[in-house]
Amino acid sequence: MLGQYETTFILTPVLSEDDAKKAISTFVDLLKNQGAEIIHQEYWGLKNLKYPIQKKTTGIYHLVEYKAAPKAVETLELAFRRDESVLRYLTIKLDKYAVKYNDDKRAGLVGRGKKVQSPKKEEAA
Amino acid sequence: MSKSAQDTIKYLTSPKIGLIKKKYCRFKKNGIKYIDYKDPEYLLSFINEQGKITPRRFTGNSLKYQRKVAQAIKRARHLSLLPYVADLLK
Repeated sequence: MLGQYETTFILTPVLSEDDAKKAISTFVDLLKNQGAEIIHQEYWGLKNLKYPIQKKTTGIYHLVEYKAAPKAVETLELAFRRDESVLRYLTIKLDKYAVKYNDDKRAGLVGRGKKVQSPKKEEAA
Repeated sequence: MSKSAQDTIKYLTSPKIGLIKKKYCRFKKNGIKYIDYKDPEYLLSFINEQGKITPRRFTGNSLKYQRKVAQAIKRARHLSLLPYVADLLK
C-alpha cells in the first residue's frame, strides 16, 4: 500500500545553486525509479541554521512530498547517508490529518486568519 | 444609587486584574488537527526564552495536543528550524 511521506533535507551551503539543484534532482529521480509518485516539492533555498551542523551555519533546504512504498523510503535514506553533501534529513509518514493540512495549505486555506477551514471560505476562495 | 452616579464610579484599579481566565485548549477550540513542524513562528509560542517547551499548565493545551506540539518542536529542532538551547529567543 503506497503510504504518503514527506522528506525534508538540508544540503551543505558549499554547493553552488545549480549543483544543489542537480543533487536534489538526483534524489528525486532516485525516488521516481523506485516507483514513487511525487506530489509536491518545495525549494526553500539557503537558510540560516539555528545551530551549527558540521561547522556550517547555513544550509540549503528542500522538501519533497510523495507517495511511495516503504522500500523506496529506505533506499532514499540510504542514499542520504552515503552522500556527504546532505547535512541532515527527516522523513515523516503523513496521517490523514497531515495530508488534509498539506492540501489545504496548498489551496491557501491555512493562514493567520483562516485557521478554521469553514466551508463558506472554500466557495469564496 | 442613581444611574448617573453609577457611571461616575471610578475604580482605582480595573476590577478584572485578579480575575483568573479559564484556560482552554486552542487546538480543540479551533478544530486544528495537525501541527506542522515546518513553520517555527507558530511553534515559538510554545517554547520559552531558553528554547524549552512550556508545560501544559501554562499553555493550557490538552494532553493529546501537547504531545503533538512537543513532537513537532523536536522535529523542528532536528531540522534546526528551532534551537535546542537559546538565550532571549524572543
